[in-house]
Amino acid sequence: MEVFFSFLHENLLLIYLLAFSILLGIEVISKVPAVLHTPLMSGANAIHGVVLVGAIIVLFNARADDYLSLVLGFVAVVFGTLNVVGGFAVTDRMLEMFKKKKK
Amino acid sequence: MSATYLLDLLYLIASLTFVVGLKMLSHPDTARRGNQVAAVGMGLAVMGTLLFHPSADRDLGDVRTFKLLLLYAALAIGGMIGWLAAYRVKMTSMPQMVSLFNGLGGGCAALLAVAELKLQYDGAGHDPISTGAMVLVLFTMFFGSVSFTGSMLAYAKLEDLVKDSAITLPRHSAINMVLLAGILGLIGYITWGAGENGMMWGLILFGIALVYGFMFVAPIGGADMPVVISVLNSFTGLTAAAAGIIYDNLVMLVGGILVGASGSILTILMCKAMNRSIMNVLVGSFGGGGAAAAGKAAGDQTIKEVSLSDAAVLLNYSGSVVIVPGYGLAVAQAQKICKELDELLESNGVEVKYAIHPVAGRMPGHMNVLLAEADVPYPKLYDLEEANEIIAKSDVVIVVGANDVVNPAAKDDPSSPIYGMPVLEVWEAKNVIVMKRSMKSGYAGIENELFFHARTKMLFGDAKDTLQKLVNEVKSL
Repeated sequence: MEVFFSFLHENLLLIYLLAFSILLGIEVISKVPAVLHTPLMSGANAIHGVVLVGAIIVLFNARADDYLSLVLGFVAVVFGTLNVVGGFAVTDRMLEMFKKKKK
Repeated sequence: MSATYLLDLLYLIASLTFVVGLKMLSHPDTARRGNQVAAVGMGLAVMGTLLFHPSADRDLGDVRTFKLLLLYAALAIGGMIGWLAAYRVKMTSMPQMVSLFNGLGGGCAALLAVAELKLQYDGAGHDPISTGAMVLVLFTMFFGSVSFTGSMLAYAKLEDLVKDSAITLPRHSAINMVLLAGILGLIGYITWGAGENGMMWGLILFGIALVYGFMFVAPIGGADMPVVISVLNSFTGLTAAAAGIIYDNLVMLVGGILVGASGSILTILMCKAMNRSIMNVLVGSFGGGGAAAAGKAAGDQTIKEVSLSDAAVLLNYSGSVVIVPGYGLAVAQAQKICKELDELLESNGVEVKYAIHPVAGRMPGHMNVLLAEADVPYPKLYDLEEANEIIAKSDVVIVVGANDVVNPAAKDDPSSPIYGMPVLEVWEAKNVIVMKRSMKSGYAGIENELFFHARTKMLFGDAKDTLQKLVNEVKSL
């Protein structure tokens, strides 16, 4: 219990941020027409590609003689970039078609 | 120093674009702009990290150059493949593509966790992390791995590369429980008890988590893959958030949590549209009981077939036609010909509308995307409730490759596994033409009374082929 409260105290701002982000995520999504479910999932999919930022940091942090970490970082960056670029591009392609026929 | 401040500012802007982008994505008018806004934010976050992140200055001289080279090569490779894949993929294969990209994001998070764990046990120049951070690293590894292999399997299932039955073991769910318990136990052991051997156990955890991701998705039927992808999508979001806490990186935290939360909501919305609970989908008991219940319904009832020319006449001389497109239309790539038929009928004074079930196609909204691709005007598409009103007043309903979403059993057979699912009540129309490949049951594996209904006429054949012939028939009238 002691540990829990001290953890809570030390990370209070973080926990607030977490809680509000969760509520925000729910709030933003809850009123979506079914038409947009697929593009929305695809767009959200691209956004979690932000994990790429972490992969870049891993590669920066890896020591030059630590080949395993370099390889891990390299592959992680490739995966992350694929997620980001592919995710946004595919979403854009879907939504482009919505635009066209709306004119 | 000031570079760090600049980075903070970029991260703040990026986080805001994610929120605003998601918000805009949820309205048809602003959706595309929303996606672009989020993409720009992502660009800022990534560029900022490349240029201004404190760890970028760790090395000097040759080492730095080498690592930068490696980094830019990785970015170029990933970017190029991602771009090409996104622009090459057919619109019908969209769900698979989303699954693939999602899995790669999960894989990225898992690898990142492995690297972080390694740094931890290398010791050199790295502060030992707290218990909480260790749990987060292992959590990221677990969920990232599950998302990776799970999404890959979902991709394979949607591409029809694997058969559902081929990868399900006897006592599958029991094995899954054991694996899950093992994973949780390992996380506890590595955090509190493993000491120096933590790295080895960490790799074992990595391996088991990869297997678990595969096993988790294996017994779930192909029809439920959209829900699975949505679940895995929010998993990846959560791993991104956890990684954000590990690196004290707010943009990762906010982006990840947003996706985790919105992904969960989206999953619930999808399940609602199918009138099922998430547990029901994930435990994957669909179909089993239904097959037995369906047996007695089928039997010796007779169906009525209709010839192409009769169908053409029926369509051409009716006042209003409603088209119910299903996955069969999507796989046959028939949406363009469908649109052609629509135009032809319209030019002959027939009013044509589309009724879109929320789970038509393989993802909610998938059918809308496909019809949009064929330039079907947005106002002609009606969702479930409106569609049912229109159907009741229409002369002819054409069901193209849809099955479970037009099954009357959902309304009046309590023993049916889909009982209670909202369906398109096509049998309320004066005439129903069902285009179908064969009498095989739909994705849910249950019999459909509609085909034996007094007002139903069957038109067998490949959707694209049949529609093309139908167009020709109408032209020659």
